[in-house]
Amino acid sequence: MQVTMTINGESVTKECEPRTLLVHFIRDNVGLRGTHWGCDTSNCGTCVLWVDGEPVKSCTMFAAMADGREVTTVEGLEKNGQLDPIQQGFIECHGLQCGFCTPGMMMTGRWILDNNPHPSEEEIREGISGQLCRCTGYKNIVSAIQWAADHPAENEVKA
Amino acid sequence: MTAVEEVPLSAAGNPIGFGNMKRVEDQRFVRGQGNYVDDVNLPGMLHSAILRSPYAHARIKSIDTTAAEALPGVVAVITGKTLEGIPRPSLLGDNFAWMPTLSYDTQAVLATDKVRFQGQEVAYVIATDRYIAKDAVELIEVDYEALDPVMDAKKAMDAGAPVIRDDKGQTDNSITDVHGNKTWESGNAIGTAEAIEKAKNDPNCVVVTQEILYPRVHPAPMETCGAVSYLDKVTGQLTMYTTSQAPHAHRTVYAMVAGLPEHKIRIISPDIGGGFGNKVGVYPGYVLSVIGTIVTGKPVKWMEDRGENLMSTSFARDYHMTGTIAATKDGKILAVDVDVLADHGAFNGVAQPTNYPAGFFNIFSGSYDYPDAHCKVTPVYTNKAPGGVAYACSFRITEAAYVIERLVDCLAAEIEMDAADLRLKNLLRPEQFPYTSPTGWEYDSGEYEKTMRVAMEIAGYDELRKEQAEKRARGEYMGIGISFFTEGVGAGPRKDMDILGLGMADGIELRVHPTGKAVIRLSVQSQGQGHETTYAQIVAHELGIPPEDVEVVHGDTDQTPFGLGTYGSRSTPVSGAAAAVVSRKVRDRAKIVAAAALECSPDDLEWELGRWFVKGDKERGKTIQEIALLSHSSLELPEGVEGHLDATAVYNPPNLTYPYGCYICVVDVDPLTGQVKVRRFIAVDDCGTRINPMIVEGQVHGGLADGIGMALMELIAFDEDGNNLGGSFMDYLLPTAVECPDWELGETVTPSPHHPIGAKGVGESATVGSPAAVVNAVIDAISPFGVRHADMPLTPANVWRAIQGNNVRTDMAVE
Ligand code: FES
Ligand code: FES
Repeated sequence: MQVTMTINGESVTKECEPRTLLVHFIRDNVGLRGTHWGCDTSNCGTCVLWVDGEPVKSCTMFAAMADGREVTTVEGLEKNGQLDPIQQGFIECHGLQCGFCTPGMMMTGRWILDNNPHPSEEEIREGISGQLCRCTGYKNIVSAIQWAADHPAENEVKA
Repeated sequence: MTAVEEVPLSAAGNPIGFGNMKRVEDQRFVRGQGNYVDDVNLPGMLHSAILRSPYAHARIKSIDTTAAEALPGVVAVITGKTLEGIPRPSLLGDNFAWMPTLSYDTQAVLATDKVRFQGQEVAYVIATDRYIAKDAVELIEVDYEALDPVMDAKKAMDAGAPVIRDDKGQTDNSITDVHGNKTWESGNAIGTAEAIEKAKNDPNCVVVTQEILYPRVHPAPMETCGAVSYLDKVTGQLTMYTTSQAPHAHRTVYAMVAGLPEHKIRIISPDIGGGFGNKVGVYPGYVLSVIGTIVTGKPVKWMEDRGENLMSTSFARDYHMTGTIAATKDGKILAVDVDVLADHGAFNGVAQPTNYPAGFFNIFSGSYDYPDAHCKVTPVYTNKAPGGVAYACSFRITEAAYVIERLVDCLAAEIEMDAADLRLKNLLRPEQFPYTSPTGWEYDSGEYEKTMRVAMEIAGYDELRKEQAEKRARGEYMGIGISFFTEGVGAGPRKDMDILGLGMADGIELRVHPTGKAVIRLSVQSQGQGHETTYAQIVAHELGIPPEDVEVVHGDTDQTPFGLGTYGSRSTPVSGAAAAVVSRKVRDRAKIVAAAALECSPDDLEWELGRWFVKGDKERGKTIQEIALLSHSSLELPEGVEGHLDATAVYNPPNLTYPYGCYICVVDVDPLTGQVKVRRFIAVDDCGTRINPMIVEGQVHGGLADGIGMALMELIAFDEDGNNLGGSFMDYLLPTAVECPDWELGETVTPSPHHPIGAKGVGESATVGSPAAVVNAVIDAISPFGVRHADMPLTPANVWRAIQGNNVRTDMAVE
């Protein structure tokens, strides 16, 4: 079947089997490999991207379910050659080691801040608790999200 | 407090040497541009999937692949029978159905006669697409005759127990190592037995014995294992992209297993999504992807799914330990004896140095000063997955640290002495180093009491004990747990450490280009440790070349010199030392060139960071960049320099390094539900010199989370029928951000005297040291109920049972 969706602002149409998972569609059919895949049971969150602005574990959706919708992946965070503050925060605070969980963590972190620009440590921990990281022990991921909260991009500073 | 000397900053703002520096590799990872094995796609590439056994123990009567082969898109279906038909020009058996393990045992690539664990590889499908490969796996029909499995290691040697390894002509489930030993002993058996006996008869002494299980767990990196293999039939070149912590060692193993010439094999480990030991072994899936490309002539990708990862590729621990500790009633430890039943699964696939079949478990005498220690380890086969040294364990020092630290707490409870006081009374003193342990290890350096005092200070130990007393009076259950651990890492001196005959040294190459920019090529392989940053810092520290001017190349056997790879916290102790040594060789060559240019004798020159100058005349000198250009110029070069500064080195460590640390954990336990909340965790590590403290601390954070995981939730258990009860992330629980506290770190710095830069390695310290601190804290919390020990994982159910006086075995299914 044919599936059409907007990915990081561009309309993409691809052939796929009806049962194709969104994570496989994005990685294999579209070729955006920043979104990862790490489990069979929707526990790890390495596959998190946004569908219509909401974080989604892309292994829990068929590509066909995203037909006509707007998808944002880690590749869509950088704008005009400028890293998003969430990306910069992960670098500044050593929020990543192997980097495998990082795209998913950053997508959730960005979403947390978009909805709550000054989250508490508890709110951040709760917000990323559906995702696993085996390397960092989470402390520096929390710090990275806090760093991004403290350093909003020029255009996102709200009155 | 910082142990890092003040270093100058480069134009890019990076330390020209040691200190916090943002990681080079992060630039690609935060953009989603990492290149992991599953991101590799070659033209014409095929996909593959493995059919795995649903039984733990069964005879294979027949396999029917007709329906699978008929499925459109299926290119080949391979069974053990197919492999038996492929002749192998190799000394290691005459066909591909079996392969050697890293412990000189054999392991089935695809089962031919029997399956020996649930999840074992039975058939292999190659197809045009990963969904079709999985569909075809479903269509293969296997007729099994179920056999009784051996799931309980304690019953493996019972008379009449089913024999697992009849393929080797065995009549029982014992394991014999390459030296012909069936048990592995270490230390002073007679002296230890006598000391314990004497203590038993002495009214001023106590002897405490405790059974302690370190259950089976799994490293479970976020990226599973996989490979993309391609044999170019024209050139005969096999290229393999694979999740390997040890690309060079793997190349040699594939040469041996596949009978391919080693110079025609290229192993590329691109970005690795975490390893923790899971990616040291050579698994049937990797070998099958090689067979797949040999059979089809196309590139073949194999990526395991999470269930396959948890059920088949490796495991860790599974040590049933009985520890006995003898001491005076006022808390002087006299002797420790440990007896271990080691569950190795169906094939002895442990990856450890040949002369250390129980890994470095015999370092269990720990951080304390007493003369007599002895251990005996008895390995057995069971119908479980093979593997055994994995999950950041420093070659089984995790088990060792856990058993001694639990025993010390059991002793403290017995003699009613504070657990901190008991440790302080027995810790090794600085003047005892270098210290030879009762089992023969030579600890290089340490100031143990100082480190412990720093941890107690950060924790506010006395205050915590007061708070605990007040809470107990109110019926609240708070616990404080301490662990003090010593690791031996950086395997190792090649005279007694090898894997499959390959000595555990590491090569390195450093090239300095005419403009003074450098490339360093490593034999070790990062799985997140940040080598691209820290190795540039080592070169910067030794040569004064800014780290941003040093390119670090690793993970490709065609581009890097031979070495044994990254595990057992060995990168910094071995390859990091090699980086310093090779930089010093370059510095020495630069001195000769500088002397020629300055028209003086090399002996007249003095080094300061980045520059040789004439003694007494600081103005007259040449920077390393100037010297690099001169070394390529028309300058008449004196003897000893052929034309550039490039150098190579192989580092053969004279000894292991011995990082150590003191951890303190504070928990609150709800006695009605058994729920444990880790409120605080203090970790003070001494890993010698810190190259990049930010990275060191990050590694410690990760290991502490592992410790909470193992202590409270991670477990691969089995039921009596052989079903793996930890085969998905629904059942194998990893800690999330909510279970982890805000880690509180401290440090002391006692450099290793024999390491060129004094660094000791830290990658596994926290995984080794933290489980005991968590368990000790929980047991401390519930000790008013008369609990002295309960086995990991301390899930709410297990804590509640312990409180009821009803401890159960955690490794077998209950109820
Ligand atoms: S792949 Fe694990 S949650 Fe989606
Ligand atoms: S950085 Fe490795 S899993 Fe999070």
